[in-house]
Amino acid sequence: MLDAKIPAGPLESKWSDYKGHCKLVNPANKRKLEVIVVGTGLAGASAAATLGELGYKVKAFCFQDSPRRAHSIAAQGGINAAKNYQNDGDSIFRLFYDTIKGGDYRAREANVHRLSEVSGSIIDQCVAQGVPFAREYGGLLSNRSFGGTQVQRTFYAAGQTGQQLLIGAYQALERQVALGNVKMYARHEMLDIVMVEGKARGIIARNLVNGELERHFGSAVLLCTGGYGNVFYLSTNAMGSNVTAAWKAHRKGAAFANPCFTQIHPTCIPVSGDHQSKLTLMSESLRNDGRIWVPAKKDDSRKPNEIPEQERDYYLERRYPAFGNLVPRDVASRAAKERCDAGYGVGSSKQAVYLDYAAAIERYGKIEASKQGNDNVPKEEIIAMGKQVVKEKYGNLFDMYQKITGENPYEVPMRIYPAVHYTMGGLWVDYELQTTLSGVYALGEANFSDHGANRLGASALMQGLADGYFVIPYTIGNYLADEIYNKPISTDHPAFVEAEKAVSDRISQLKNINGKQSVESFHKRLGKIMWDKCGMARNKEGLTEAIAEIQALKKEFWSDVRIPGEINEMNPELDKANRVADFIELGELMCIDALNREESCGGHFREEFQTPEGEALRDDAKFMYVAAWEFAGESNWNLQKEPLVYDVIKPSQRNYK
Amino acid sequence: MAHKSMNLTLKVWRQKNAKTTGQFESYQVKNISEEMSFLEMFDVLNEQLVQENKEPIAFDHDCREGICGMCSMYIDGKPHGPWQANTTCQLHMRAFKDGDTITVEPWRANAFPVLKDLVVDRTSFDRIIQAGGYVSVNTGNAVDGNSLPINKNAADDSFAAAMCIGCGACVAACKNSSAMLFLSAKVSHLALLPQGDPERSTRVMNMVAQMDKEGFGACTNTGACEATCPKEISLSNIARLNQEYLLSSLTASN
Repeated sequence: MLDAKIPAGPLESKWSDYKGHCKLVNPANKRKLEVIVVGTGLAGASAAATLGELGYKVKAFCFQDSPRRAHSIAAQGGINAAKNYQNDGDSIFRLFYDTIKGGDYRAREANVHRLSEVSGSIIDQCVAQGVPFAREYGGLLSNRSFGGTQVQRTFYAAGQTGQQLLIGAYQALERQVALGNVKMYARHEMLDIVMVEGKARGIIARNLVNGELERHFGSAVLLCTGGYGNVFYLSTNAMGSNVTAAWKAHRKGAAFANPCFTQIHPTCIPVSGDHQSKLTLMSESLRNDGRIWVPAKKDDSRKPNEIPEQERDYYLERRYPAFGNLVPRDVASRAAKERCDAGYGVGSSKQAVYLDYAAAIERYGKIEASKQGNDNVPKEEIIAMGKQVVKEKYGNLFDMYQKITGENPYEVPMRIYPAVHYTMGGLWVDYELQTTLSGVYALGEANFSDHGANRLGASALMQGLADGYFVIPYTIGNYLADEIYNKPISTDHPAFVEAEKAVSDRISQLKNINGKQSVESFHKRLGKIMWDKCGMARNKEGLTEAIAEIQALKKEFWSDVRIPGEINEMNPELDKANRVADFIELGELMCIDALNREESCGGHFREEFQTPEGEALRDDAKFMYVAAWEFAGESNWNLQKEPLVYDVIKPSQRNYK
Repeated sequence: MAHKSMNLTLKVWRQKNAKTTGQFESYQVKNISEEMSFLEMFDVLNEQLVQENKEPIAFDHDCREGICGMCSMYIDGKPHGPWQANTTCQLHMRAFKDGDTITVEPWRANAFPVLKDLVVDRTSFDRIIQAGGYVSVNTGNAVDGNSLPINKNAADDSFAAAMCIGCGACVAACKNSSAMLFLSAKVSHLALLPQGDPERSTRVMNMVAQMDKEGFGACTNTGACEATCPKEISLSNIARLNQEYLLSSLTASN
């Protein structure tokens, strides 16, 4: 039975009650306790730094050459916090409510409320670290709007908020490295968890520079390893982002929750050809000022600037007048797919819609002109002034678009299409962020807990830092307080020897296949199956086919993959093979989960279950639960259900009209 | 829409590991679309090498959207290649023409030893940050974010310096392999903000000492670093660093 360990009492006081009563570890004992942190993005770096500050002995691991490279760095738009600096009616409750509703009532109330409660402290902490957030002329912090909300609660640093927050956390981490509290292992990848008598006691990691396997002891293991969007091959994730560490924990017994909940982000640069290796996101903040449209006529091949206003279909504004272009991501993505599937798409592939800044440029230009008190500014000057304002706000994004497409977005509308961006599913965790494996925790995108079936924009950064700075420092103490009685075990312990041997055997097995096909080609094929049959829209037939195709692909992979180079040296093909092997297994589980969930909610859209207007149709009577899958052998999983109980919010059909 | 495609010759640095010497090897790639990124062209080449049962070329890359700072190729004598304010991963094949020969090397600097092929070790940058590139504030100590108004211009300048992605192109471009632009970006980021003020003096002294210890060279004042920086970090940061360093030297108590 899954026990989420949600504290009793009213929602607003659960977290403060928990903090008031959880066990503490005294400073002398903290020094004796080693904690392993895998991954150094926002969740991992903030956790490692904070635990180091508290006095624990921390070992942090990342596969990149430096912790500063983690993919949190690519987050563009911003971070939410219920500060209500804008006096526009925001509150902890509203942020909580928006997040639950945005997640289509598939997230846990207690976790989300805690997230909302600590959101303000995150901003304070980051400011104190010297994160250069955008400011107003009065010197105070600036806010902007984001999808799925009607208040301005998003803090940002131009289009590089993730970078600035990660560098803040990275600097805090490096400070702890300098103080000797954290030991950093870059270019290392976790390949297994070592369990002794039902508790996590360490990990097996591979040094990616020389290929050697290493054993590391720890009284607890924190997996802060991000999401699994690269199962689709093409996604906005970094090339190295992978599910491997989480998957190893899963195979050792950690339940994997809601794997089919993936977020397809509506504003990405469309695919340009078969060579494409990744997709690039254009920040959701662009939907603040940009207007999304397609031609009102099918197969209209005119250039966008030649299509008059009355022959354009601003379909989001038409379908959702209350939220317009700022509807949540899942809604915006499906609406784009609907238009393109119906034959209204634009660009050479017809798989794109326009994101147009002409109206915003003119509006901003007029504001600038009126600041000068001049009513007779010529149109060209208004446009020039407007472009300048847009450049200040979104310059780096526009530049990026131009580099990739060769088109100038100040002159012609951008072409965008949805792409895989974030995974709401992940390792199942309880209120304390502990997985079903004792001593193994999952933080940030790696866990499933806070975003339900759809994440709102600017909430990933919030959750990563909430988990690392403000949640785990309390909840891990509650576990480690009892671990002070257990002496560290030697890495010569049979459990370590056995785990290392299993990892080593698997690597040799992979290497010795000596087949004909590259790792990359298998990854591409997996991605195609997933995108076609477990992507933006899913149905029973497609998912059933996908499961069979993935099983066949797995067999083929294990009999025909070719990995050049040696095991005991830097070998990126081998690193990739390890990851793709795990993605294949995950892909199968995602399809099984999507098949099981006979309803549509958030990012999970089953074509069989929709309203007459084409909106997602939930089935709360049957599916108001977290689907937590337990590994039970190859291609075999047991489903455990954690019922979701809404004490405060009354679930209703989401309405953004 | 048909895109132009091209055939190219690549001269790439191959080196087995840090202990061996390396050499250039030549490769042909065909039908490269101008829509491809430079690294996608490398993907094509690597796929070709795998098919020929040869070892693919190791290179660092991760986000492929110009922000993580991991990619690091020295292309035709320029870090990150011919485009201004750009990273290798954002360089697209439109920059080249059919029949071109492109030379690709790793970053060359004593403080960035080659690990394999085009991959170098940049942990020296992390150690410079460890020497003082932070504000010493533990989690939980912070006051309300708006209790400390910061002049917008100072905040903007600080942000412009904080945009550094730590890729090391400035070092690779410098004939002395100096890390002054990288270091000055961090010193400026924190010196321009009130939060960075209490440790201002020790920070600059310790970070400069670490930079020297790592074996980076002295600043040449020629500005190759600024010209090559993908994030256009300004040379004026180096002026600020020198000013901070001088002031700290004069006022240091010991």
